[in-house]
Amino acid sequence: MIWSIAWRNIWRNKLRSGVVITAIALGIFAGVFSMAFMRGMANQRLESAIKTQVSDIQVHSPAFMKVNDIKNYFTGSDTLLQNIDTMSGVVASSRRLIVNAIINSAEKGSGVKLYGVEPDVEKKVTDLNTKLIDGNYLESLKTGRPILVGHKLAGKLGVKLGSKLVVGMLDANGYPIYYQFRIGGIFKTASTPFDESNAFVRYSDLRDITSLPKNTAHEVAVYLKDNDYSKRVANEIEKVRPGLNVQEWFQVMPELSYLTESMDYYMYIFIIIILLALGFGIVNTMLMVVLERVKELGMLMAVGMNKRRVFAMIMLETVFLSITGGIVGIIVGTAVAGFFHTHGLNLSGLYGEGFSALGYDSIIYTVVQPQMIVMTAILVIITGILSSVYPAVKALHLNPADAIRTDA
Amino acid sequence: MSVIEIKNLQKIYDESAVAVHAVNGIDLRFEQGEFAAIVGPSGSGKTTLLNIIGGLDEATRGEVIVDGVNLDSLSSKNLIDFRMRNIGFVFQAYNLIPVLTAKENIEFIMHLQGRNKHERDQRAEELLKAVGLSDRGDSRPGKLSGGQQQRVAVARALASKPKFILADEPTANLDSKSTENLLDIMEKLNQEEKITFIFSTHDQRVVKKAHRIITVEDGKVINDEVRKNTTRAKPS
Repeated sequence: MIWSIAWRNIWRNKLRSGVVITAIALGIFAGVFSMAFMRGMANQRLESAIKTQVSDIQVHSPAFMKVNDIKNYFTGSDTLLQNIDTMSGVVASSRRLIVNAIINSAEKGSGVKLYGVEPDVEKKVTDLNTKLIDGNYLESLKTGRPILVGHKLAGKLGVKLGSKLVVGMLDANGYPIYYQFRIGGIFKTASTPFDESNAFVRYSDLRDITSLPKNTAHEVAVYLKDNDYSKRVANEIEKVRPGLNVQEWFQVMPELSYLTESMDYYMYIFIIIILLALGFGIVNTMLMVVLERVKELGMLMAVGMNKRRVFAMIMLETVFLSITGGIVGIIVGTAVAGFFHTHGLNLSGLYGEGFSALGYDSIIYTVVQPQMIVMTAILVIITGILSSVYPAVKALHLNPADAIRTDA
Repeated sequence: MSVIEIKNLQKIYDESAVAVHAVNGIDLRFEQGEFAAIVGPSGSGKTTLLNIIGGLDEATRGEVIVDGVNLDSLSSKNLIDFRMRNIGFVFQAYNLIPVLTAKENIEFIMHLQGRNKHERDQRAEELLKAVGLSDRGDSRPGKLSGGQQQRVAVARALASKPKFILADEPTANLDSKSTENLLDIMEKLNQEEKITFIFSTHDQRVVKKAHRIITVEDGKVINDEVRKNTTRAKPS
């Protein structure tokens, strides 16, 4: 019956309860939506980094891990690729040559990481071929040495599709070499820093000009059906080629792993701050409730309602109030986040450049995680319970004889 | 054994510079089945006396023994439980729970006592019938007249089958007809079921019905009169 009284009490003052419930609902909506937004943003950043830059697994020689020198290559990459491609869960693998180079246009120069890739397999591992805003991918250009540069780098160098670039680097023997390339394509990924500091040429071109032996690679990248397989596949690669350094995506770019983990913590802190603010509003409302019902509380205590029950009644009323607002907020937040999960939230007109500069996509697909909803619901209940303590203690201090005779 | 025995009861408020003796050495006994009114001017100590008898307020000195139990000897938790099981209260402003129906208000104390649904249901129906409100059990207090609300309050007070009922100015907010009606019901319950009623009142209509009239002034009993026509009252 106390549950029933507590629930009905909420609706005694519909306007006041409505305002509090709306405030809670709005706060929770903001929390749920923000969490879905941030989670979506982090997931996209992770997915984009894996798909465009890191892949799920990378293999290098231990020396290359220490110094990114052209001499720190490993051989037998063709056999390794064949082995990897037979492993369960592997979509594709590709080998890369990586050298530090300086790209010069007629106007300017810029330091880049120059990748030599095999276009037909690289397309299966990374999605750079889908990020072209101008020109074609490497395999489409039949004559000359094509090079792909990011739009940011192209802008910096003042070049466009078809422009000639002179690329300077050290060859396998440590001698400086300069070769001319022609821009075959310009790409634009979600990450501006990536677009500014990386350029791609054909594996065969780069191997030829640097005089590297056949079947060498600085890096082998593996793309998996699911990044949950990364540990198993990494172990298998280590068994096939002991002595090489095999890293999973979060080891290659630990900041990505920290990003997803820390995002959760930030969001819980965010929602706790929201609930803290709401908690004070709830305390205020419940104090008003107690003060308005002094006479009634006095009567309840007089006729035999003990302190535990009085406390429970006020606590239940507060929790019901919080939960009602919380449920509304969660439902609306989940529905809105669900909509943007499908349709995407386009922020390109708002702050797209800023997002891109930080490596994020300007269209965010929100992601609602069930554990996020459960945690939010638990936090709402905790807020309700904590918010009820002070008003309930206030009620317990009432003297029934005095309370009954008040005008409240 | 008396239902209530009061010995040298004193209540002194000394929060201000001058100590106020709200109850100043009262000795009284109430027997089972009394229909007694405590009368006196405002500030004479009627309500304070009633509150102390009901265990809602503590005496400064003296003893209140209810059915052989000294209220002073009970812990605050046990006192609440004792009140719930032994004492019924009727208040001037009815004080029903507005979100519960008349029947639920009556059932409320039985719920606190942990009685089962069937028992609560049966008792609430009986009491609604006893106070003439069988057809209003599903109405919330806001839909009932003052007289009807006070009758529900009487039924609620009776729900726990208490040893006695304390009614603090129960007719103060009622019109003549409702007062008459309420008093008839309470008198009937007193005579037929031997329920002890103790009122504090200014109302002459209550005084006329009472079988025993205790007049209080300045915290002291100045007169304790038993009507000749009553067979119930057995004052000390």
